[in-house]
Amino acid sequence: MLIDFFCKVRDYKVPCTLRELLDLIRALEQGVVFASIDDFYSVSRTILVKDEAHFDKFDRAFADYFKGVASIDLDLSEIPEDWLKKHFEKQLSAEEKAKIKALGGLDKLMETLAERLKEQEKRHQGGNKWIGTGGTSPFGAYGYNPEGVRIGQDSSRHRRATKVWDKRQFKNLDANVEIGTRNIKVALRKLRQFARTGSSEELALDETIAATARNAGYLDIKMKPQRHNAIKVLMFFDIGGSMDDHIKECEQLFSAIHGEFKHLEFFYFHNCLYENVWRDNSRRHNEKIDLLQVLHTYSRDYKVIFVGDATMGPYEITYPGGSVEHWNEEAGDVWMKRLTDYFDKVIWLNPQNEAQWPYYSSINIMNRLVDNKMYPLTLEGLGAGIKALI
Amino acid sequence: MNAFQGTSNYIASNELQLAVNAAITLERPLLIKGEPGTGKTMLAEELAASLGVELIPWHIKSTTKAQQGLYEYDAVSRLRDSQLGDEKVKNIGNYIIKGKLWHAFTSDNRPVLLIDEIDKADIEFPNDLLLELDKMEFFVYETQEKIVAKQRPIIIITSNNEKELPDAFLRRCFFHYINFPEKSDMQAIVDVHFPKIKQKLLDEALALFFELRDVPGLKKKPSTSELIDWLKLLLAEDISPETLHETRQNKVIPPLHGALLKNEQDVHLFEKLAFMHRGQR
Repeated sequence: MLIDFFCKVRDYKVPCTLRELLDLIRALEQGVVFASIDDFYSVSRTILVKDEAHFDKFDRAFADYFKGVASIDLDLSEIPEDWLKKHFEKQLSAEEKAKIKALGGLDKLMETLAERLKEQEKRHQGGNKWIGTGGTSPFGAYGYNPEGVRIGQDSSRHRRATKVWDKRQFKNLDANVEIGTRNIKVALRKLRQFARTGSSEELALDETIAATARNAGYLDIKMKPQRHNAIKVLMFFDIGGSMDDHIKECEQLFSAIHGEFKHLEFFYFHNCLYENVWRDNSRRHNEKIDLLQVLHTYSRDYKVIFVGDATMGPYEITYPGGSVEHWNEEAGDVWMKRLTDYFDKVIWLNPQNEAQWPYYSSINIMNRLVDNKMYPLTLEGLGAGIKALI
Repeated sequence: MNAFQGTSNYIASNELQLAVNAAITLERPLLIKGEPGTGKTMLAEELAASLGVELIPWHIKSTTKAQQGLYEYDAVSRLRDSQLGDEKVKNIGNYIIKGKLWHAFTSDNRPVLLIDEIDKADIEFPNDLLLELDKMEFFVYETQEKIVAKQRPIIIITSNNEKELPDAFLRRCFFHYINFPEKSDMQAIVDVHFPKIKQKLLDEALALFFELRDVPGLKKKPSTSELIDWLKLLLAEDISPETLHETRQNKVIPPLHGALLKNEQDVHLFEKLAFMHRGQR
């Protein structure tokens, strides 16, 4: 049973290993929890899941698995009919037997029961809970015993337990959710780590003294990486489209940690990169900056991050004069190539849902232009993008 | 060993109790995460108190090395002693300084070892502790002796999520995320800290507190520890529930807000909102 459960959890892409499964089995063996699905939920989560980002996936896996268990209980074919009949008759009083006759005999009743259960099963799968049909069902009137199908006992437990994981209270912590105000802190942390990498070395005084002492007084110099950051970033934002809100958010995200980077510069463009960019969006038509000038000003070790949906007509990238705003002598891809050739590391963050990327040819073209370094604007995407930049 | 059920001044949720007890039974380190101020560090203190054993806290800083938890070899004083011709210098054992893990391993009662804010340290820090936490033993090269734990200490590790921890390390831990308490749990927590607080004052204060937490755009939301501090101040200043009620009605900034809002921008934001609210009326 636990192996199936374990597989289900892994199916939902919660990273857990055999070692943890063994731990869980050991925990059950030692009697940390006993016969309570709520407690089992807590303990299995404690042991199998190691990051709150995976809690939501785990909740879904758990709900899925235990829904399965609940519907097995409902499977009538597994209960021998004869036994059920006898069991019935044993438990029913004479008066009740008369009532059954009025309903068309036990066979008929069984049929109805099967139908009813099927119906409930269906409704259950549609998202409603199948418990609590209340007094309206004829079976309720006969005090239908839960031992046969275990409706009563199991269901109430099921309902109480579901609350915990069906609430899905950790949804916002999932790494695949778009970056918004809720998970902005996590994103900031990722960026801060990014800002602090790649630093050069300085003299480590304490270690030098210790090493020298070990060396019986002969000087032994030790170096250590500098604590401050050395990352320099150029950002290009696509502004003036349907994704403006997302892009604004991303811009705020980066400006919030402005101080952490050694250099951080913002530029804006529209749809695709052409010969000009601008720094201040409100005066975009007056204060243009030559892209060539940008290329000449900043050294090639600057990390370049594009933020945009890259959703446009393909001709806007591939043809001269393709721009929707002005006449461009050279095509967008020429300019993109110039930039990607010059800078060592370039990535593109795309707020567009990743599942839809294949349907836009412009996204494919752009993705190829940035050497397949396009990432969705989610926590996971941001993490992968940052990894590609370092 | 008895199961942990929280203490007279620490309310532990059912899930947390289970996590702690699983970690104690299976002798695995327990990694605790959660918003700052939800009582991560306090858990270890209270756990030690409730079990009546020693707490060995190890507070991690950005410069802490894993080796410091095991032992340190004080080569500098040995060099100095050798120049002074001290007799001590012959025995290298005199210059081995025991670390927190060593203490925990050799302690007579099974102690609680708190590794506080492990994410502050270098990324290699958790990796360097893998074997020690797994096998509960390490080797002192200078004296060629092997230190093996008499019994596996109960290890509580806290993290504020500033760095991601390596997978291999996580695999060896159990994990619990302390959720921010709901209003009813909060009531229980406050009751534990202020048994004599007036119900009316508490109701108003809690309502105000949760409203404040819901203000969008706050840089640092106040958490449990801030609430406790604030209540302490409210009681000390003898502020009446009516005053609190009025502040809530008029959406002005609450009295003694310094305990709740720790950020200048947050205070400004709140004042601005209060001003807008007044303008609307």
